Amino acid sequence: MPGIIGIKVGMTSVYDENGKSMACTLIQAGPCVVTQVKTDETDGYSAVQLGFDEKKEKNTTKPLQGHFQKSGSSPKHKIKEFDGFNQELKPGDVVKLEDVFQEGEFVDVVGSSKGKGFQGVVKRHNFGGVGQSTHGQHNRQRHPGAIGACSYPARVFKGLKMGGRTGNQKVKVANLKVLKMIPEKNLLVVNGSIPGAKNSYVFIEK
Amino acid sequence: MDDLIKLVESEYNGQKAAHPEFGPGDTINVHVRISEGNKERIQQFQGTVLQKRNKGGNGETFTVRKISNGIGVERIFPLISPSIAKIEVIRKGKVRRARLFYLRGKYGKAAKVRERRI
Repeated sequence: MPGIIGIKVGMTSVYDENGKSMACTLIQAGPCVVTQVKTDETDGYSAVQLGFDEKKEKNTTKPLQGHFQKSGSSPKHKIKEFDGFNQELKPGDVVKLEDVFQEGEFVDVVGSSKGKGFQGVVKRHNFGGVGQSTHGQHNRQRHPGAIGACSYPARVFKGLKMGGRTGNQKVKVANLKVLKMIPEKNLLVVNGSIPGAKNSYVFIEK
Repeated sequence: MDDLIKLVESEYNGQKAAHPEFGPGDTINVHVRISEGNKERIQQFQGTVLQKRNKGGNGETFTVRKISNGIGVERIFPLISPSIAKIEVIRKGKVRRARLFYLRGKYGKAAKVRERRI
């Protein structure tokens, strides 16, 4: 799947030709550098590894410095493999936004959702809570209720939905329309919202 | 980063500049494009501006209230939408607050906004 790496800029709204307001997200996507080309002969599968966003050399580990030197690129913050590009790519090539996407096309965006910390079952799993605040109920409005039977099975089943760390997970949003592209600013405008906070890295796939 | 958001929003600067300035209390006439099938016509909606919301960004809207056949009707318009063909300011109103929801329960003379004379 061809794609590119970007940074979420923020949200605004644009209007279509009928005057309808559409929420949109701005992504600063690319330019990415090809840091490695994997082939069936050498790696068992074919892919193109892209690097994005400059990084200081002193903040890069020695093994990664070597990896970037091999392709002749400067150290990058984020690297990710894609495949199926139209053109032949070799290490050191630059992949730009307009090489991969067109306006009007539908793309998928992958990112990390915002971390919410430790959350209860109502927020985390959309439980309804106990449902009553009278008839003797107190201090348990947002509790999960029973979590199992009694002496058989005498344990709580694995995977039972409970409270815990919420968010900061990989989330993919599919079929977002590309409303606009400004190649000189490397700017991609997609319809709708994408996961994560501003300034977080996202992968845009076709 | 904010510059990029402004860049995308700047596409509608012309649309924004085309409309006259107005605020809560003003009586305005909004010309709205309405497409029926492939035909397009203009509908007018005249009334008092109750509020303006989300000022500055692309999502700026305003609420217009009028009394139609004795029934209060309110419409919310996006300010910079291409569907707004024209906005005419009929009368400037003298009001002391930004949101005129107190007009909602009132009819006739009680719902009148004093005119601001310059």
